Amino acid sequence: MNEAFFDKKEYKPLDRVDGRLKVTGAAKYSAEYPLPNMAFAVLVGSRIAKGTIKSIDSKAAERAPGVLAVISHLNAIKVPGYQPKGEHPSEPSTNGQPLRVFFDNKIVSNDQPIVAVVATSLEKAQYGASLVKIQYIKEQHKTDLEANAGDAKLAAAAKKNPKSPTADYDRGQKDAFESAPVKFEAEYVLPTEVHNPMELQSIIAHWEADNKLTVYDKVQGTKMTQKNFAKEWDIPEENVKCIATFVGGAFGNGLHNWPHETAAIIAAKQVKRPVKLVLTREQMFTMVGYRPRTWQKIQVGATRDGKLVAINHQSIGQTSSYEEFTESTLMQTRMMYASPSVSTRYRILPLNVATPIWMRGPGEATGAFALESAMDEVAHAIGMDPIDFRLANYTESDPDKNMPWSTKYMRECYEEGKKRIGWKNRKLKPGEVRDGEWLVGYGMGTGTFGANRGPATVHAELDKEGNLVMHCAITDIGPGTGTAMVQIASNTTGISTDKITFHLGSSEFPNAGLQGGSSTVNSVGPAVLAACNALKEQLITMAAAKGNSAFTSAKPDDLMFNKSELQLGGKSAKTTLADLFKQNNLEKIETTNESKPDENRNKYSMNAFSMHFAMVHVHPFTGQVRVKKIVCCADAGTIVSPKTAESQMIGGATGGIGMALTEDAVMDHRFGRYVTKDLGDYHVPVHADVPDIDVYFVNKPDLLADPVGSKGLGEIAIIGVAPAIANAVFNATGKRVRELPITPDKLI
Amino acid sequence: MIQFQYERASTAKAAVNALTNNANAKIIAGGTNLVDLMKRNVMAPTKLVDINALPLREIRQQDGKISIGAMALNSQVADDKLIIEKHPLLSQALNAGASAQIRNMASVGGNMMQRTRCHYFYDTALPCNKREPGSGCGAMEGMNRMHAVFGTSEKCIAVHPSDMCIALVALDATVLVTGPKGDRRIPFEELHRLPGNQPEKDNNLQKDELIISVEIPDNSFSKNSHYMKIRDRASYAFALVSVAAALNIEGKVIKEARLAMGGVAHKPWRLKEAEKALVGKPATEETFRQAAEIAMQGAKAYKHNAFKLKLGPNVIVEALKNAAGLV
Ligand SMILES: Cc1cc2nc3c(=O)[nH]c(=O)nc-3n(C[C@H](O)[C@H](O)[C@H](O)COP(=O)(O)OP(=O)(O)OC[C@H]3O[C@@H](n4cnc5c(N)ncnc54)[C@H](O)[C@@H]3O)c2cc1C
Ligand code: SF4
Repeated sequence: MNEAFFDKKEYKPLDRVDGRLKVTGAAKYSAEYPLPNMAFAVLVGSRIAKGTIKSIDSKAAERAPGVLAVISHLNAIKVPGYQPKGEHPSEPSTNGQPLRVFFDNKIVSNDQPIVAVVATSLEKAQYGASLVKIQYIKEQHKTDLEANAGDAKLAAAAKKNPKSPTADYDRGQKDAFESAPVKFEAEYVLPTEVHNPMELQSIIAHWEADNKLTVYDKVQGTKMTQKNFAKEWDIPEENVKCIATFVGGAFGNGLHNWPHETAAIIAAKQVKRPVKLVLTREQMFTMVGYRPRTWQKIQVGATRDGKLVAINHQSIGQTSSYEEFTESTLMQTRMMYASPSVSTRYRILPLNVATPIWMRGPGEATGAFALESAMDEVAHAIGMDPIDFRLANYTESDPDKNMPWSTKYMRECYEEGKKRIGWKNRKLKPGEVRDGEWLVGYGMGTGTFGANRGPATVHAELDKEGNLVMHCAITDIGPGTGTAMVQIASNTTGISTDKITFHLGSSEFPNAGLQGGSSTVNSVGPAVLAACNALKEQLITMAAAKGNSAFTSAKPDDLMFNKSELQLGGKSAKTTLADLFKQNNLEKIETTNESKPDENRNKYSMNAFSMHFAMVHVHPFTGQVRVKKIVCCADAGTIVSPKTAESQMIGGATGGIGMALTEDAVMDHRFGRYVTKDLGDYHVPVHADVPDIDVYFVNKPDLLADPVGSKGLGEIAIIGVAPAIANAVFNATGKRVRELPITPDKLI
Repeated sequence: MIQFQYERASTAKAAVNALTNNANAKIIAGGTNLVDLMKRNVMAPTKLVDINALPLREIRQQDGKISIGAMALNSQVADDKLIIEKHPLLSQALNAGASAQIRNMASVGGNMMQRTRCHYFYDTALPCNKREPGSGCGAMEGMNRMHAVFGTSEKCIAVHPSDMCIALVALDATVLVTGPKGDRRIPFEELHRLPGNQPEKDNNLQKDELIISVEIPDNSFSKNSHYMKIRDRASYAFALVSVAAALNIEGKVIKEARLAMGGVAHKPWRLKEAEKALVGKPATEETFRQAAEIAMQGAKAYKHNAFKLKLGPNVIVEALKNAAGLV
């Protein structure tokens, strides 16, 4: 193992390697490739939630200046991959038949894309789109989760496989809750939330030849996209190229290929020109997924001195009528606390809405709102400090999987978080602390997410000047992947960071999975490590072959660059890169290395953990909540890029503030249509909502999880924030809000 | 968005003429509201008359009043020394609206004429009597958390979204307009209207009238005024409820009072009865509570906005407390 390597060096904060490109506008996002002869497509969405299209009158649109085509199910070319009963090409978790755009006249959700108007400019396409007249035959729709909760069902995957994470789960004694000395029961509701990254979903589809497709596409997986479109268009994978060099935030909505992408590809084929399609902000609410509205009920049984006896946790999350989206809402209830009895019941409810998709902290963030609120409520009921209550039920190993943790450093997080937030100022009884007119409250919540890892391959090239250039298909949706990889390479080789380049975001590059599930550093990082070590081995072999005996038995870990010199285990330089390359008559050396999860995954339970602390002020008469301070503690393994990692935590906490206090996609169920669907009405936190966010990393490597020692960060950054704030609001006011967001009307 | 003509007016008269000659023409000032509405096909003027070149940006002290040009920017007014000194309430209200970027574009005239933010008004797939008379009021039985509790009609329950206007109505402002028949003055309270049977009409300006300026008479409120806005996030959101409170306190007794509310009616809602209840009383929380109760008389809630009946009086009390320096 690599322990020595980590003992030797410390990862230092590094500015984003692409920061300058981003702030100067030089970074190119999907919609920013000026291809010659480009056409522009605008999508028209349905105005009913269920039914059929009776007629489409496109005459006026077709006659409008600059309009090249008006495409719908009436005239769209046949997409070879539209199987009548096809399975989803990529997403196991959205089991079912993804929406086939322009396939037939069926309407399955409101604002479903049904017509594309393609024109020579965006404005002309927009004008054309305003002229299309569509008539519908309406059918009764169902969009209301609570009203239709009775129709909730087990996911197909769970029916097939009782071991599936969404299957019913029981541990311990069935009726343990009933006989517990302290019984607590409550329901919690999380509204639909929408990712709303800054960058709108956009694609340029370009058929370079009849069977050769290039897409500049805002996605979280270039290889996934390549595979999906190869399948959809029945062309060889190598004929599809997906470019996503820069992605302006995604939070999960790029983990699925959506109908608008296929619409652009169809349009490009039909007008025989590259077609650019950018969704509107409103379409971001209806066409690219969202965090599903979820109802939860939780029962917690405990002893009077704070030992958990049982937790029963059930949830119903909405999905579309055509795909079964599931997420891990109830998973942490099984493993976070040492409750001898645990039951979970996960259900989905198909409605006439579009398919949801993973959104930051998917499932866990939803589940944590219920679980961590309930923990706070029980602690209050038995008069115990909520941290003491959690510590009394700390799990030393995973009670769900019956395996030891690879690492778990939550005790450190409790200690540090308490100190930093000023927990000692918290009173057990709510409503006791004031600052002027304002009530002051403290709360906390924990979170966890699997330390996921998948296979990844990196190609690396070292030239005689000591420049290291790497390539990998992974995307960077904002966390600073390039920066992190440069830091890993620099720490592994000793090459200074300004001589290292990491190219990403193209399906032309070596394989990597999706940027999702906090798996990038854990998956691609080890491949970078492997490639760097392979290069070092080549250098050692070269040096040894030239009679440099000190190198004969050297290991990659012994070799480090010191500027252009190669040093062995701290001894003085034996050779220089230039000499070595010259002696061997080489311009560069290169390597391609894959790194994969190993058998440790069958022996240990691997999780990253987070803990958020909030201090809030609540105005007793106006109901305003001001988050005054947030402390984020993370046990995420090695922090390879301290600066971007801190930014990740700040971003996650900010998302958590939105979840707790402001974000709510409100639907009018009479129409099955959202009414808050722009950034004026759907409130993401603004600067004034976001206080100082103090970040603490345990920063201890988990070398069982992967050779970099990292456990992932993106998801845990948000999980637990909303309950921390809700708990703080309760501590301030004595009012418990169980349906998010906590807006002023709920507190007066 | 439909295709439209664009004309840059060089005099107020030319602007008025352009409006008179085209029933579908509209003034464009900062464009921060009108362009959004055009993009969503909620409004579809066939001609835009740009008044940015008109000399209407000045803020002037005249005898006994301050005059603010219709094209003065929201940010310009909010930051103006004279305004901050004489009418801090207006400065506060402006700064409580929108974002710095929008305030840098938005004009005083445009702010007055901005249209409701009712969700149904904005979505052409949904019914709305204001946008499409006779199509029904989507909000009445729908999502009406943001909607009015005063002065509603069977046809419309929308609110006027402006913050600036709440301060202006409290400060007894007067609007100067010019039209084909010449100039006229409209007391601010009469500028906007209740929906009644014609929710499509937001205000009493004629189609071809142009706002030239707004005047605020000098007063004795500068020491004791406060604008309080309660919203769903700390900044950059429309009011759930807002209150403009202005007091003239001598000794401990209230000599004069002005009170207006936003987020509760189709027009900036002046609370004259409550004002009367304040005058001659000591500036105490109890006095304020009594006035707040009077202020809320006649309020009527819908499915999702009942909270305004409780939040409203609380905000009145808080705003008055702040104005009186009790907080
Ligand atoms: C995201 C967002 C948030 C906002 N939040 C708030 C808020 O919290 N509080 C708030 O008060 N406002 C808010 N606003 C609204 C903003 O204040 C208005 O958009 C702005 O004041 C309009 O001014 P404008 O000059 O841009 O008007 P324009 O958009 O140019 O015009 C608006 C209307 O006024 C008419 N008009 C303009 N000038 C004149 C004139 N001189 N005579 C006659 N008619 C005229 C136009 O014909 C048009 O109908 C927000 C706006 C946005 C987009
Ligand atoms: S409240 Fe007024 S603006 Fe809103 S839907 Fe009803 S009529 Fe339209």
